[in-house]
Amino acid sequence: MDLLLDGFATALTPENLLFATLGVLLGTAVGVLPGIGPAMALALLLPVTYSVGPDSAIIMFAGIYYGGMYGGSTTSILLNTPGESSSVITAIEGNKMAKAGRAAQALATAAIGSFVAGTIATVLLWVLVPRVADIVVQLGAPSYFAIMLLAFFAVTMVLGSSKLRGFISLFLGLAIAMIGTQTGQARLTFDQPLLADGIDIVVVAVAIFAIGEALWVAAHLRRKPLEIIPVGQPWMSRSDWRRSWKPWLRGTAYGFPFGALPAGGAEVPTFLSYATEKKLSKHPEEFGKGAIEGVAGPEAANNASAAGTLLPLLTLGLPTTATAAVMLSAFEGYGIQPGPQLLDAEPGLVWGLLASLVIANALLLLINLPMAPLWAKLLRVPRPQLYAGILFFACLGAYTVNFQAFDLGLLLALGLLGLAMRRFALPVLPLIVAVILGPRLELQLTEALTISQGDVSTLWSEPVAIIVYALMALLAFVMGVGALRRRATETIIASRATESESDVEHESDVEQKESHR
Amino acid sequence: MNTPITDGPVVVAYAPDKFGRAALDHGVALARRDGVPLIIVNDTRGDAYVDKRFAGDEELATLERELSADGLTVSVRHDLVQDVAEAVVAVADAEAASLVVVGVRRRTAVGKALLGSVAQRVILDARCPVLAVKPD
Repeated sequence: MDLLLDGFATALTPENLLFATLGVLLGTAVGVLPGIGPAMALALLLPVTYSVGPDSAIIMFAGIYYGGMYGGSTTSILLNTPGESSSVITAIEGNKMAKAGRAAQALATAAIGSFVAGTIATVLLWVLVPRVADIVVQLGAPSYFAIMLLAFFAVTMVLGSSKLRGFISLFLGLAIAMIGTQTGQARLTFDQPLLADGIDIVVVAVAIFAIGEALWVAAHLRRKPLEIIPVGQPWMSRSDWRRSWKPWLRGTAYGFPFGALPAGGAEVPTFLSYATEKKLSKHPEEFGKGAIEGVAGPEAANNASAAGTLLPLLTLGLPTTATAAVMLSAFEGYGIQPGPQLLDAEPGLVWGLLASLVIANALLLLINLPMAPLWAKLLRVPRPQLYAGILFFACLGAYTVNFQAFDLGLLLALGLLGLAMRRFALPVLPLIVAVILGPRLELQLTEALTISQGDVSTLWSEPVAIIVYALMALLAFVMGVGALRRRATETIIASRATESESDVEHESDVEQKESHR
Repeated sequence: MNTPITDGPVVVAYAPDKFGRAALDHGVALARRDGVPLIIVNDTRGDAYVDKRFAGDEELATLERELSADGLTVSVRHDLVQDVAEAVVAVADAEAASLVVVGVRRRTAVGKALLGSVAQRVILDARCPVLAVKPD
């Protein structure tokens, strides 16, 4: 408790309040704009960590993460284009509500629901982070190795529509992570002294998120503008409140655990929340025509999952979303090792962050509820100007890492890789998680093998490790069976109907959205 | 007001606001008086997610229906283009228009410094007479 109060003291200093405000404003902005997400914003801001203290930077980053979840809903509701992958579900009912003239209520239930969920989830973090940290501190290197493998496996297999694409992305990331001489011998350096230190994570993240996206947008510059639905001040009637509060709580209950799982992310819980609300609703006839429950639940779920993501990040040093992965590299930029020792080594930082989450949430409610129509104006910014700015900051960020022009060449090359990944619908998340976790995975493996003096059986010598491997085998089995079953039904359907070609196009659309995650 | 010298159509550069509305009203009145067709142009560069000067498909369809109800020949151009002013002038050239009607808006000093004006470029570039109107 004292630690939490100290945390509030840290978070409430004028400087940190300023950074929190900056973070939530930036986060909302990037959340509103489709294609630009909190992960890209964080990647572009990583160079900030050179000149700002760790607590301020992390507080700002958390504000951006939460803000992105709020902002995404505005675009989903008013434009039927999700600003964030986590708001895809919101668009289903939210846009229908807006078309029926209930945009104000949809925005209100999204913002208040996000606030409620974010606050409950943050309190859960206060309770859980110290307890989980106490447990995981006892884990040895073999267990860590297993848990990291599980994370790789989960971000690759569970999320995304194509396992093959997931693994291609994962191994591309691991290959990039190998470059350098960290292990004593030169790997993939091509006798290039500038590659001896490996490729800095800032360069990789900025290239994949910012350059890749900018090139992708440049290739699709002119598109028919969408019709935006005009909206006034968000508000809710008494019956809207009555219909919203239960979905908020249920959404939180879905979002937090899924965010905390290694296969986290906000897509699965938002979908589950939507399905649940549809089933439980007293107004099932309204679903598909703009039911407020279908906005309240998923919006609560995505914010709760954003908070849940911080649990494995702070206790295990395990990122489960792209944004969390970039946050992790920010910690490492300060020489702070996120993991079980983090809470003991940096209590001020962790509790300051946890306290600032509540403040960020309150700020977000304040700036989002009255100002949603104002944020929607951001959508009028012409893409050429917007992306020119992003490219500028991307190059600046990549250059300031080492002040080497060579890094700009790398930036361009990896940016082209990012473009190709979007073109071929490869998910970005496995790559970025692999680049960040790859070296640490290797470290745990070396450590485990050093202790056991080269005996490989040490890898399954700990009960936690065995459980994790069993879990992975189970997951693989379930998914294998699922895939076989789907293939069987597909064959039957294909033999019945031959005119289902329109489906193919739709599928590639969905994949493209996912690759933007 | 000048009588158009040729009997080519009247081209209206339209936007769903009071300036576009004023241009449309004058264009309709002139097309009716001279018995020439009316062409409504509402184009966009399509480089932002939302362009408030790009009318909805439905709105333009309603306009077309209402205006053509009493015998006026109306056609609508509603496209993605590289440059809106250029597109308006190109339509006027291609259709041998007798007149182009544009709505002109007040511009602030900052606006003038930062942004171009579609109306100004149409007025300067068009090869036929241009009528610049202001809302009441």
